Amino acid sequence: MDQIMTLIIAKYNYWIYVTLMMIGFYAMIGKRNLVKKLIGMNIFQTAIILMFVSAGVKVGAKIPILDKYEVMKNGVQAADIVNPLPHVLMLTAIVVGVSVTGVALAVLLRIYREYGTLEEDEILEKLGK
Amino acid sequence: MSASNLHVYVMAAPLLTAFFVNLLGRVSKSWIAPLTLGCLAFSSVTSIIVLGRVMAYGGFSYVVGNWQAPYGIELVVDHLSAVMLVLISVVALIASMSALKSVSQELPDQEYLFFTLYLILIAGLFGLVLTGDAFNLYVLLEITSITTYGLIAMGKGRAPLASFNYIIMGTIGACFYLLGVGYLYLMTGSLNMADISQILQTIDGGAAVATALAFILVGLWVKMALFPLHGWLPNAYSLAPTGAALLAAPLMTKVTIYLMVRVMFSVFSVDYLFLQNPMVQNAIVWVAALAIICASALALAQRDLKRMLTYIIVAEVGYMVGGVWLANSTGMTGAILHIINDALMTLCLFLAVAAILYRLGSVEFDSLQGIYRKMPFTMAAFTVGAFAMIGIPPTAGFFSKWYLLLGGIEAGQWGYVVALLFSSLVNAVLFFRIIEIGYFFKEGEHHGHEIREEAPLMMQAPLLISAVALIVVGLGSGPLVENVIKLALPTGF
Repeated sequence: MDQIMTLIIAKYNYWIYVTLMMIGFYAMIGKRNLVKKLIGMNIFQTAIILMFVSAGVKVGAKIPILDKYEVMKNGVQAADIVNPLPHVLMLTAIVVGVSVTGVALAVLLRIYREYGTLEEDEILEKLGK
Repeated sequence: MSASNLHVYVMAAPLLTAFFVNLLGRVSKSWIAPLTLGCLAFSSVTSIIVLGRVMAYGGFSYVVGNWQAPYGIELVVDHLSAVMLVLISVVALIASMSALKSVSQELPDQEYLFFTLYLILIAGLFGLVLTGDAFNLYVLLEITSITTYGLIAMGKGRAPLASFNYIIMGTIGACFYLLGVGYLYLMTGSLNMADISQILQTIDGGAAVATALAFILVGLWVKMALFPLHGWLPNAYSLAPTGAALLAAPLMTKVTIYLMVRVMFSVFSVDYLFLQNPMVQNAIVWVAALAIICASALALAQRDLKRMLTYIIVAEVGYMVGGVWLANSTGMTGAILHIINDALMTLCLFLAVAAILYRLGSVEFDSLQGIYRKMPFTMAAFTVGAFAMIGIPPTAGFFSKWYLLLGGIEAGQWGYVVALLFSSLVNAVLFFRIIEIGYFFKEGEHHGHEIREEAPLMMQAPLLISAVALIVVGLGSGPLVENVIKLALPTGF
């Protein structure tokens, strides 16, 4: 038990991302309301963003903006700065997420105009008629 | 135009033209057809030149913005990706001729919107084939997916609902892929595929690398609709506007299978995939066999030609995934040859569906009665496509299926061999049923003067081209395999 606790505490950021991801996954699969599914999808994407960004963190490190003259004199100490690459990747992933959400909302608008509801059960009922 | 960035022009042409189609298409519809066909013809010619160059001098790459790899994004072209470039550009060119007609009938006054998305989708497919960067691949995967969501949602009736389901499933797939790339990045600190593969050989990845592989594979399987994860595909492709299905059905799943091959052999190694984990390899071939059988059985239950074809696509995905995971060079050859053949077969059948829909407005089995007398040329081409799908020589479908069967026997995967034979039989039943319906009328009904009413030339010409291509590719299978596919096999085969 102690071992498991230390394992969880040492890598808590990964546990949080897994939990968030499962919440999102549950909402996408389990919820019957289409907007809730979409929100689940956003939570799912956010979990992955958290995973990437937290992987770049170093304890006690500074932001990756360097003084040119200092670097020319002493060189770069990689341990002193946070890894900026995951953040940059996630900027792109956020843009992708926003575009998917935008398309999904537009599609939801069309579904609502067509059926007058966003509950999956009610839509299926109307289709069954 | 220097030699080393030739492949970038293939991708740039449809991407840039997409904006002109949007702008000029608003002014006048007459701009859309020449712009679309022109840029795709340019891409086709350029990609054939790229293939010729690769055949003569070997693969080459281009670093975007002159940021050298592994830091910059590399666009790599080797034998396999050159073949895929030619396939995508030619299929897209043929499909768009028919799509132009069908869209002007189904979505009048929205053509410029449709073809903007259509061209961006093609540019995304080219990018997927070319990129040598794992994260860039995720972005391009989402570009193709988002445009497809939009194209599907332009359909009538239940299409937005099908599109929304696809959005949910597609995002899960893409996110899984991204997670897998994340794990690889954490282990290796690199995103360039060639670089990752070199670093992976020097470290003991353990569970983290295995997790990465699992996430990437599952993500791609969702995107390619391998059987238990196929739920989104039949609705999405059968409810989409015919013009969108014409492009998405032959290309999307096939390009994703290419991606699986690319990630498996450019990032991971044959040794890691097949020799260290024979259990996994075995299990995946069984899943593929199950996918073939179940999807074929589901196809039997359909009463609509378009829906039936979508289930056949799902079965074909099983063929290729199984062929790749057979882990011998015959199976691999079969899988890559089948990517080409299946794209052409699906194209031919969907072009026939588009032509029938243009005239009849429905492809339900009941409305197909007497269709052979009404549209003889269309149905002749459809029959060639059907024969290829069943696997009757000398059509292309026979030869790739033959390689896959031989590969299955060589690997001793009898379940997969049985599944292939079963699926061929089911395909025979499916298509002969349609041929029967098409040839004969219901008893007691009187159809004295059936007027011949063929689809317009713009839809018939591509259909006949694709039917002839099926036979030509079939007869040319020997030289094609010897001169091109053998060189395109991943290293280690």
